[in-house]
Amino acid sequence: MAPTDLTACQLVEQIRDGRMTAVEAAEASLAAIEQLDGTVHAFLSVDLDGARRRAQEIDRRLAAGEDVGSLAGVPVAVKDNMCTADGQATSCGSRILENWHAPYNAHVVERLLAEGAVIVGKTNLDEFAMGSSTENSAFGPTRNPWDPERVPGGSSGGSAAAVAARMVPIALGSDTGGSIRQPASLCGVVGMKPTYGRVSRYGLVAFASSLDQIGPFARNVRDAALLLRATAGHDARDSTSVRREVPDYLSRLDEPVENLRIGVPKEFFGEGLDPEVEADVRAALGACEARGATLVDITLPHSTDYAIATYYIVSPSEASSNLARYDGVHYGHRAAEHETMIDMYMRTRAEGFGDEVKRRIMLGTYALSAGYYDAYYKKALKVRRLIRQDFDRAFAEVDCIMGPTSPTPAFRIGERTDDPLAMYLSDVYTASCPLAAIAGISVPCGFTGSGLPVGLQILANVFDEERLLRIARMVELAADVPDRRPPVCEEAA
Amino acid sequence: MALSRDEVLKVGTLGRIHLSDDEVGAFATQLSSILDYVGKLSELDTEGVEPLAHALDVHNVLRPDEPHESLPTDLALAEAPDRAGRFFRVPRVLDEGASA
Repeated sequence: MAPTDLTACQLVEQIRDGRMTAVEAAEASLAAIEQLDGTVHAFLSVDLDGARRRAQEIDRRLAAGEDVGSLAGVPVAVKDNMCTADGQATSCGSRILENWHAPYNAHVVERLLAEGAVIVGKTNLDEFAMGSSTENSAFGPTRNPWDPERVPGGSSGGSAAAVAARMVPIALGSDTGGSIRQPASLCGVVGMKPTYGRVSRYGLVAFASSLDQIGPFARNVRDAALLLRATAGHDARDSTSVRREVPDYLSRLDEPVENLRIGVPKEFFGEGLDPEVEADVRAALGACEARGATLVDITLPHSTDYAIATYYIVSPSEASSNLARYDGVHYGHRAAEHETMIDMYMRTRAEGFGDEVKRRIMLGTYALSAGYYDAYYKKALKVRRLIRQDFDRAFAEVDCIMGPTSPTPAFRIGERTDDPLAMYLSDVYTASCPLAAIAGISVPCGFTGSGLPVGLQILANVFDEERLLRIARMVELAADVPDRRPPVCEEAA
Repeated sequence: MALSRDEVLKVGTLGRIHLSDDEVGAFATQLSSILDYVGKLSELDTEGVEPLAHALDVHNVLRPDEPHESLPTDLALAEAPDRAGRFFRVPRVLDEGASA
């Protein structure tokens, strides 16, 4: 078996017992990137020298009998909105931070390094994590490994594609309205958004501070659990990270949840859902039922259209504040021509930001402005509470909630770029979860007739990741999706 | 609810983003349609509902008032678009003739 076909858990085992070296694993990853990334464009930056040096160091330490950590020698990719102080830029997919070098590592990057991982590069994203297709990157889109004419989803499209195309077994992404789960679904991989506060946001470039969370991509649930365990936990530098012990997510992973009650919201199966997606998801639900789970019809009245509306008021409002710092003063792009200070800000930001970012800053500025604050922002926060109450009521009755992650499989590049609202509706099933702070995961559950992946989303209550991962493992076994390599890998072979 | 060109320009100024004439027109159309959509929240009765700004029950997280190491000056200035010694150089902020 090629090293790139091994799971992260298998790699760790083989590297630790000497059957493989970290250098071999790194070289296999770098070779796959060289072979495939010309087509896929998952990466904005690949750290050849750094990864090789690091892999050699891991091998040296292993040979000396050291325990290098739970991710020993595993090649990992990091979404380019997380700070890396290793010589690689952190661009956030934006011209305003093109070639910006972070002066410190993000907390999650420190954790990867502490656990012996080998960071091979930074992945492509929608600019400042704003988007559902990775087409808003200032540096070109990423292509879906299952069909290069289609999007990988977004905003963490690069990380999703890198894992799907087997360039790396695991990667980090960030999720604010669905930006891990939706690309996971479109790329046929596992992607999880932990409970808000579970993983430190220190060093994650802020988009919406009350929604953003970092989470894992992997080809299977066990690897996702491995990466979550390595990166979760309290960090004093992020005042929104919680002081809660991190369970060993792997130890009981294969233990099914007895008498599992699965809530199936009618709102997640309404108009706009592609029939093939629905068929695959319902088949997986049926398989869970056949294995002893109970399906319970539930209603989440505010979780779809109203959640999108709430999300597209709350997140741009927070973004308008978070992105105010990109003004050409301390770092990043500064407009060459300007007359006054304010003029410098205005031209710097006009030149440095793409259209979607500008749209969202303006939306947020408007929603927070005098005369509109009550009607938009304050109203949205009230509906946010209603969304939270919908989930509280549901979780009193059921252990988890399941439905499709995305209403459609991967759409074509360019198909939705003329219609921002159509693009926003990609998040119809994923936006409610971050608003309520709860955890969610997307697990592959099948393919459409034309070979495009379909994802099933599982939602669980706050800090219930251990059980959520066990349930995800149950779905993984029940759905029994064949372990196929995507076409882009076969074409290159 | 259609956004006028003036309103778009005003929002652009508030958000410190210079907009070309073409952009003002395009954004007016797009933002109007988005605002129409998000305006559907007015269909919901939220009488007596408290706003939820932060979904976790975490408040006023403080640390002891002890000095810690901060980012060293050189690192902080390393990516400056324009640096003068220990300072970030920026365009004039005060008007000519303003008293100290």
